[in-house]
Amino acid sequence: MSVKSAEKETVPPTGGAEPPSGLSSVDWPELASRYGLLVVWVAIIGLFAALLPDTFPTTATLQSILGSQAVLLVLTIGMLYSLRAGEFDLSVAGVMSLSLVLVGYLNVLHGWPIGLTVLVALGVGALVGLINAFLVIVVGVESIIATLGMGTLLVGAGVGINNSVTSGISPTLVDAATTSLFGLPMIFYYAVALTLITWYVFSYTPFGRYLYVIGVNRNVGRLSGLPVNRIRTSALIITGVLSALAGVLLAGQLGSSSPNTAPAYLLPAFAGAFLGSTVISPGRFNAIGSFIAVYFLVTGITGLNLLGYTGWVEQVFYGGSLVVAVAFSVVLGRRRLR
Amino acid sequence: MGESETEIELEGEAMETTRQNGQGTAAVPFVRARGLGKTFAGKTVLQGVDLDLMSGEVRGLLGQNGCGKSTLVKILSGYHAPDPGGSLEVHGEEIELPLQGGDSAALGMSFVHQDLGLVDSMTVAETMLMGRYDHRLGWRIPWKYEHRRVREMLESFDISVRTDARIGDLDEVDQARLAILRAIDRLRGVKAGLLVLDEPTAYLPKDGVDQLFAAIREVSARGVAVILVTHRLDEVAAITDRVTVLRDGKLIGTHDTASLSEDQMIEKIVGFSLDKLYPDHHEATGGVAVSVRGLRAATIDDVSFDVREGEILGVTGLLGMGYEEVPYAMFGDAPVEDGMLSFGGVERELSSFSAREAVAAGMALLPADRLANGGAGEATVRENVTLTSLSSYFSGGLLRVGRERNATEAMLDEFDVVPPEPERVFATLSGGNQQKALLGKWFATSPSLLLLHDPTRGIDVGAKKQVFLRIKEAADAGASVVIASPEYEDLAHICDRVIVFRDGRTVAELRGGSLTEERLLEQCYVTENERGTTRAGTSSDSSER
Repeated sequence: MSVKSAEKETVPPTGGAEPPSGLSSVDWPELASRYGLLVVWVAIIGLFAALLPDTFPTTATLQSILGSQAVLLVLTIGMLYSLRAGEFDLSVAGVMSLSLVLVGYLNVLHGWPIGLTVLVALGVGALVGLINAFLVIVVGVESIIATLGMGTLLVGAGVGINNSVTSGISPTLVDAATTSLFGLPMIFYYAVALTLITWYVFSYTPFGRYLYVIGVNRNVGRLSGLPVNRIRTSALIITGVLSALAGVLLAGQLGSSSPNTAPAYLLPAFAGAFLGSTVISPGRFNAIGSFIAVYFLVTGITGLNLLGYTGWVEQVFYGGSLVVAVAFSVVLGRRRLR
Repeated sequence: MGESETEIELEGEAMETTRQNGQGTAAVPFVRARGLGKTFAGKTVLQGVDLDLMSGEVRGLLGQNGCGKSTLVKILSGYHAPDPGGSLEVHGEEIELPLQGGDSAALGMSFVHQDLGLVDSMTVAETMLMGRYDHRLGWRIPWKYEHRRVREMLESFDISVRTDARIGDLDEVDQARLAILRAIDRLRGVKAGLLVLDEPTAYLPKDGVDQLFAAIREVSARGVAVILVTHRLDEVAAITDRVTVLRDGKLIGTHDTASLSEDQMIEKIVGFSLDKLYPDHHEATGGVAVSVRGLRAATIDDVSFDVREGEILGVTGLLGMGYEEVPYAMFGDAPVEDGMLSFGGVERELSSFSAREAVAAGMALLPADRLANGGAGEATVRENVTLTSLSSYFSGGLLRVGRERNATEAMLDEFDVVPPEPERVFATLSGGNQQKALLGKWFATSPSLLLLHDPTRGIDVGAKKQVFLRIKEAADAGASVVIASPEYEDLAHICDRVIVFRDGRTVAELRGGSLTEERLLEQCYVTENERGTTRAGTSSDSSER
């Protein structure tokens, strides 16, 4: 085909104007954003270690950073499924809260076996996901509004079911969550496993690809013959179940349930997901990025706490990180589309 | 108002004289740009472009997608800051670059950008008056008066929309006409100015184009210079005095329009001879492969037709006459009231048919709006083109991304997608290359029924030729093809048969020797006149649709 070769020849002028390969082929801004947060993370570790040589670089601090917020990581990872499909699920903390309350209520107050209790809690998570999907897909409510209402409703329902701190959760669950392996509680390993599984699902399965494409452009998914509504429903159900799982694990970690603990997890989880979307695969909600983001946030707060800043600092840091992350991803997106 | 009109008249005559003896002599051009360039993140998209525009001149700005036309326009509007070293004179006065917001308006320059630049949530009145409210009564905007003013503007351009309608609720055609009208209105009373239209006709039906051209002639007669960016060479020949061609960000040349044939223009645009735009005619010999019976949908009223194996069927008409809905209705993606589709030996009720079943049955649909419906803009080219064949890369529990990338690269090569980079963000490809990539996506599924809606919208001649070639290849391989398009000339050349729609019904079928652009135009417009008489008789029969 003569046309083909001729057209190819018309291309080089633009390409040829650039310096030949080498340095120019490395996209520095892209690289900086891909691993930037990792560098910042290492930098603040170094900073805190220098400021707090006695308290920060210690095994106890490391254990506290990695172990104490594994539940937050589970919630964040769970949220990625619906975010990736283009749906905001603000009900995650509500589901987590209700699930936590249910574990105490059923297992302690009503003496249900822990296995059944956990199944019911996860089932409630799935049901909430299904109801969210119904509201969003069938009724056509914006997901951010539907789930905002749903989340608030569920927190209230939890308070209504059992408005007190209930301790005495089954040791089976407590052990499963807190047994120490290499100095770290089991929940840390569950969270890491969930991160890896999610990374696999997003990067190496058709389902993960479909989630992403539908999140970017639902019409394209539909016109390519994908079962778009089924995939969106699955995403919301998975988020619901994993949010409930976060509640179950929190019950195990604390050994008690309370209706006022979980709601505070909503903003950190969003901050983690959005901050995570600026690294590793910039512009996409991704599991490894969220892992880095969550532990970056926890490291920062732990360090600030050790420096004597407590109370207000968490909200400032989480809120600030969310704003910076979202602003950064908007700028990044604009650059990528040019 | 009357006073200023006489002034314009005089000015127009004066300009006419300048225009006649103008070229090359001592006359000062309205715009004189030297060495304009633009580099994005190390990539030069425009380089050393000179531009002289005489008052009252209509200049065509031509080039393939990505050649720098829009960048040049956006430097003039102040949206992009040019690279250092360029200079700009307007009316003989040196202007400091980059232009600041408001500069271009103060210099008498008015723009219709490619994306129209309208805000969906604003009303028609707000849009038309943006930044030019009448402040007679102090700070309060006198809305009643303003609405009347806008109504008069709309009437002068035959646009029948309410002044309080939301822009987002209007169709593309009215949106485009409003954007154009607004740009022209901003030049009201301006004696020497510049009107820049970046692909204004992409959304317009034929009569809208005629109206636009009349308006262009009017402002240019007044002494306003006009830059028209377009891919349509027939329009270039019809309205422009001279053409400036850009290729790969460089100025190729400026020529009198009359001195170039269409082939010469194409050659300058693409940089080599295209031979001919349309593939050799092909003959459909197979039997009936697809039948549509009794199709009723939002804009379609009881339509039946067959498509044979290997046949390329065109459906057309004036915009809004129903032909646009045909591919979507056949694909299960438009709300269908009633109708049967027989295809592949299976008879289906179209009202309960879905895109999913359509794809599974071997159908493919290329929508007109590539970034809204055709491709996921933020995703990579690879992720877009393997969407319909992804399961074939999934084995042993893993998506084989390496294999997927290689296959994508081979496909991009085969379909002449430039650049052939699988990991590129889809939206950063030019329109023509997006379309070629999407053809590749669907060809991977070997569809036996290929549905296309306006497949050449906004793509350049080079890409157009390749798209036609691919369509013909698919037909030669036995696929049935349905093209819904308002491009009569293209349809006349590549289709075996064309069905003309009017008011949701089929009114004519052209094939063989009678399938010409002129006959298609005639069928679309002659019936339009007839409709005027029938409507008078049978009143509201079908006019409400």
